[in-house]
Amino acid sequence: MAQHQVNYTQSGGLPVALTTVDKIINWGRSNSIWALTYGLACCAIEMMASGASRYDFDRFGTIFRASPRQADVMIVAGTLTKKHAEFIRRLYDQMSEPKWVISMGSCANTGGMFNTYATVQGCDRVIPVDLYLPGCAPRPETLQYAVMLLQQKIRKESANKSQKPKRLV
Amino acid sequence: MMRPYTPKDNVQAKAYYTDRYWVAPRVPEEPVPEEGVYAEDLAAVKSAHEVLKAYIQRGQLVIHINPEDNFDVLKILKEERWYEMLSELSAVDFLAERGGFEIFYQILNLNTARRIRVKCFVEENRAIESVNPLYRSADWAEREMWDLMGVKVNNHPYLKRLIMPDDWEGHPLRKTYPLEGDEFAQWYEVDKIFGKDARDVIGPENRDPARIDRYDTERFARLGYEVPRGAPADMVDKTEETPIRYQEEEGVFLIKELSPDKSKVLDRRK
Repeated sequence: MAQHQVNYTQSGGLPVALTTVDKIINWGRSNSIWALTYGLACCAIEMMASGASRYDFDRFGTIFRASPRQADVMIVAGTLTKKHAEFIRRLYDQMSEPKWVISMGSCANTGGMFNTYATVQGCDRVIPVDLYLPGCAPRPETLQYAVMLLQQKIRKESANKSQKPKRLV
Repeated sequence: MMRPYTPKDNVQAKAYYTDRYWVAPRVPEEPVPEEGVYAEDLAAVKSAHEVLKAYIQRGQLVIHINPEDNFDVLKILKEERWYEMLSELSAVDFLAERGGFEIFYQILNLNTARRIRVKCFVEENRAIESVNPLYRSADWAEREMWDLMGVKVNNHPYLKRLIMPDDWEGHPLRKTYPLEGDEFAQWYEVDKIFGKDARDVIGPENRDPARIDRYDTERFARLGYEVPRGAPADMVDKTEETPIRYQEEEGVFLIKELSPDKSKVLDRRK
């Protein structure tokens, strides 16, 4: 008799679990998080280092894309100026759902050391943020950890949840 | 709250240390020599225009002229005395002391390696003639001067803001401009992207980036002692330690779970 990997004592004895669709979609999503290259300042150097061979983002399925239409996550790496705020919002709106945002470094989190008239005091004033990375600039390991945390977050989500507005708009 | 709030309203205006008898050191001003290149340069300017003041500072000639003459004086210096390069041009804010701006043009003669600084004083709301036809490098410098200082330039081919956005209000490098921005600057991105109605939703800027509120469970989490998002404040102190995991406990579909005891830790470099 063939040995089944099905536990007949669970799920009413049915060899099917309805959550599998959710899981497999989230498995696909969480292991192919394509990131929009959004280098604004020195954090971009660390972001590039994370993508390059030593830290190798490809093994998480994270590949940098230059187009918002192909990206799932926007890694805001660097100082967001007020002049640029309009464009980051436009690029965020151009990304297709589902989409996530990682705010990388002190400047993107809070404005950082730039307590001036020309710097947006935290990019969450303009776009909704899922993960904040501390550091100035964060090491590539921090960014890797953030991507792993984002994977966990995605796996916990419902696969076809309605995209409710996150914080703004 | 982790850190007591200290008001920072007046930090920029307040001097750290004031000594009533301290006088700022000035670069000494020496008289222009009777003969030599600088004497000839000064004579060429003096023959055509009024020179308010002329002296040598750090081996460079400084000429103060009337603001109406700036184009003609620089034309003489360029075409007759071969000062062909404009290294720098900008304005200095003297609004509080004298009610205007001091504009300087730093020019260089590439043959003799001499430099002259031509200075003139314009009152606020008075325009100055563009020197762009003489020196191409004046183009962006004058746009920057208009952008950051608010000194208008006549007959400039394209007088538009250079650094700040086109719809910006105010000139940020003036000493009267607050460092953290006026009301327009503080709400600029919100007004532009979401409209003025969104001000109430988004709220004012947090200008203390180190502010951490451990009882704010919406925005902050203590790693290792986590509570659900939006948990009440009295729950924060009672939390038990939550181990930090790199992977979910039940594992991920098709992905092998990493067990910490099987992983290899490199304790020294190869």
